[in-house]
Amino acid sequence: MVERRPTLGILAHVVLILGVLVVAFPLYVTFVASTQTAAEIVQAPMSLLPGSHLIENYTAALQGTGMGQASNAPVGRMMMISLITALVIAFGKIAISLLSAFAIVYFRFPFRMFFFWAIFVTLMLPVEVRIGPTYAVVASLGMLNTYAGLTVPLIASATATFLFRQFFLTVPDELVEAARIDGAGPMRFFKDILVPLSTTSIAALFVIQFIYGWNQYLWPLLVTTNENMYPVVIGIKRMISGGDAATDWNIVMATAVLAMIPPALVVILMQRWFVKGLVDTEK
Amino acid sequence: MGAISIRKVEKRYGHGPKANAVIHGVNAEIADGEFVVIVGPSGCGKSTLLRMVAGLEEISGGEIAISGRVVNDTEPSERDIAMVFQNYALYPHMSVFENMAYGLKIAKVPLAEIQQRVDKAAKILELGQFLQRKPRELSGGQRQRVAMGRAIVRQPQVFLFDEPLSNLDAKLRAQTRLEIQKLHKELGVTSLFVTHDQVEAMTLAERMIVMNAGRMEQIGTPEEVYHRPATTFVAGFIGSPPMNLIKGQADGSRFIVDGQTLPLPGAAPRSGELILGLRPEHASLRPAGNLGWQLKVEMLEMLGAERLVYCSAGSVLFTVRVEATLVPPKIGDIVTLQAAPDQLHWFDVATTQRIA
Repeated sequence: MVERRPTLGILAHVVLILGVLVVAFPLYVTFVASTQTAAEIVQAPMSLLPGSHLIENYTAALQGTGMGQASNAPVGRMMMISLITALVIAFGKIAISLLSAFAIVYFRFPFRMFFFWAIFVTLMLPVEVRIGPTYAVVASLGMLNTYAGLTVPLIASATATFLFRQFFLTVPDELVEAARIDGAGPMRFFKDILVPLSTTSIAALFVIQFIYGWNQYLWPLLVTTNENMYPVVIGIKRMISGGDAATDWNIVMATAVLAMIPPALVVILMQRWFVKGLVDTEK
Repeated sequence: MGAISIRKVEKRYGHGPKANAVIHGVNAEIADGEFVVIVGPSGCGKSTLLRMVAGLEEISGGEIAISGRVVNDTEPSERDIAMVFQNYALYPHMSVFENMAYGLKIAKVPLAEIQQRVDKAAKILELGQFLQRKPRELSGGQRQRVAMGRAIVRQPQVFLFDEPLSNLDAKLRAQTRLEIQKLHKELGVTSLFVTHDQVEAMTLAERMIVMNAGRMEQIGTPEEVYHRPATTFVAGFIGSPPMNLIKGQADGSRFIVDGQTLPLPGAAPRSGELILGLRPEHASLRPAGNLGWQLKVEMLEMLGAERLVYCSAGSVLFTVRVEATLVPPKIGDIVTLQAAPDQLHWFDVATTQRIA
C-alpha cells in the first residue's frame, strides 16, 4: 500500500484482473448465449463469440413469442411487475421505517423500549422462518396473485428502522429544541428538518431495498400462480422446462440479461448518493 | 413587558425520595430591558435555569413569569422568547435566509414581512451577502451571527443566550462580546445570558447572578459582586487570580493563623474564627521590615502587564499581583505585604456568608 515497487504493482493488477474475470465471465457467457439460436447453444463447445440473433431473441423474450415448451409469458410485462413491486417495497419500507424510527427516538410513550426491542428482534428472523404463517395470512386475505400480496408482507423492515434510529440519535438535541422554540410541532419538525437531513440515508436505503425487492424469489414463487403476475425473476424459472423437454436457452439468457439491467442502473445512477449515505452525515 | 420573575424555582430529576435535585429554590426579578448574566462553574445549574425559562425543561417547583404571565405550562414557542444555543443549532439543510425565516414561516407571518424582518436583521448583523449560503459554508463567527439573527427576527420580549461565545476563538469572542453589547443597546430587549466565563459575565452584565451547586450565591451589579462578594464562593470565583482566602482566629487587630500572628491594618469585625479575604491586586509589597505581614517569595509568574508573586508565611499561601514595571522581588526574599483596611473581606466560617 505504502510501498512503491513495480513487482508489487504488477502482482496487485494480476490479482485484480483475475478477480474481474471470475466475476465477469459468467455474465459474458450469458450475454453471448442470448445472441445465439437455441441450437447453437447446445452444441459443445458453445461458441464464445456473439452470434447474430441478438435483436430477434430479445424481441421474442419481451413479447413472449418464444417457442419454448414451458412458460412463454412476455418479459416486458414481467419487468413492469418487478419494477412496480420493487418500487413499492423500497418506498414503503422507507416510509414506514422513517416513521417508526421517529416515534422510537423522539416520543416518550409507555413500553417504548419494548417496541424497539420487538422491532430489533425481528432483525434476527429471516423471511423463511415466518414464511408459512405469512403465506396463510396472505392467502386467506385473498391477496394471492396481487400486487398487495407481492409487496405488503415484505415492507416491514427492522434493518431500515434501526438504521434511521441510529441516524436520528446523532441529530443534535439543540436542533430539536431550536425547532420547538421556532414553534414547529412534531410532524412539522419531521417534515421540515428530519427528512431533509436524512436524504442521503434514504437514497442509500432506496438502492438496497430496490435491489432487495427486485431480486425477491422465494416469496413471489409462493404467492404468484398466474403468468400475468410473475415478476421477472420467477419468469426465468418458469421458462426452464423440466425433464426431457427442450428449453429455449437463448430466450432464457436474454431474459436474464434484461432482469439484470434495472438493478444495475439503479446502482450506477445512485452510486454517489449510496456511498455518501453510508459514509458521511451532514450535520 | 419583558420582565422575568423567577420565584422559588426548583428542578428535580426523578420522583419521590430518589429525586435528584439540581436547583434549590432560586429567586430573581429581572426588569424589562435588563441584561442579566448567570455565571457559575460547570454543573451549577445555570443552563438548566435558563432552559426552564425557555420552556425546554419542566419546572419542578416554584414559578417563572415572563411579562407578568406565569409560563410554567406554556410551550417554548408561545413564551415570546428567542434562544441562542452554544453550538448555534442552525438547520444544516436550510440557507441562512431560511434559517432566520423558519420561525416566522411557521407563525404564518406574511412573506413580505418575513423578507423585511430578515433583511433588517441581516443588515444589523452584516449578514446581507450570506443570505443564500448554507451554514456549513460559513465561519464560526458568521454562524454565531446567524443564530443571533434568528433570535432577532422573532422580535421577542426576551433573549436567552446559552454560552453562545464558547465555540469561538479568543479574538472573535471579544469582538462578538462587543457586538452583543451594542445590539443590546440598540434593541433594548431583556436578555438572560449564561456563561462560565467571568470576563464575559463582568463585561456584559448589567446585573449578574452567581450560581453554585444549584443555589444562587449572589445577584448584583458586577461592581457589587467584585467589591462586596456575598460568600466565599463568589469571592473565589470572580476575579482572576482568585481572592486569597485565609481561615484563622481574629482577635482585635490581630489575625492568628496556624500559630502565627499577623497584624491587621484595622480591627476585625468580630473576634473568633473567621475567613479573611484579600484580592491579589489589592495588596502591595514593600521591602522586608515594614509594618505588615512578613512573607517569603516562593514563585514568580510574568503575565505581560503584570506579575504574579506567590508568597508564603508558614502554611499560608498568598498571591499578590504587582505591576510588571516594578522591580520584582527575588525568589526566597522576605517581603512585607500591606493592604488597606477597606480592602479586607470577612466571612463567617460556618455559613461562608460575608460579615463585612
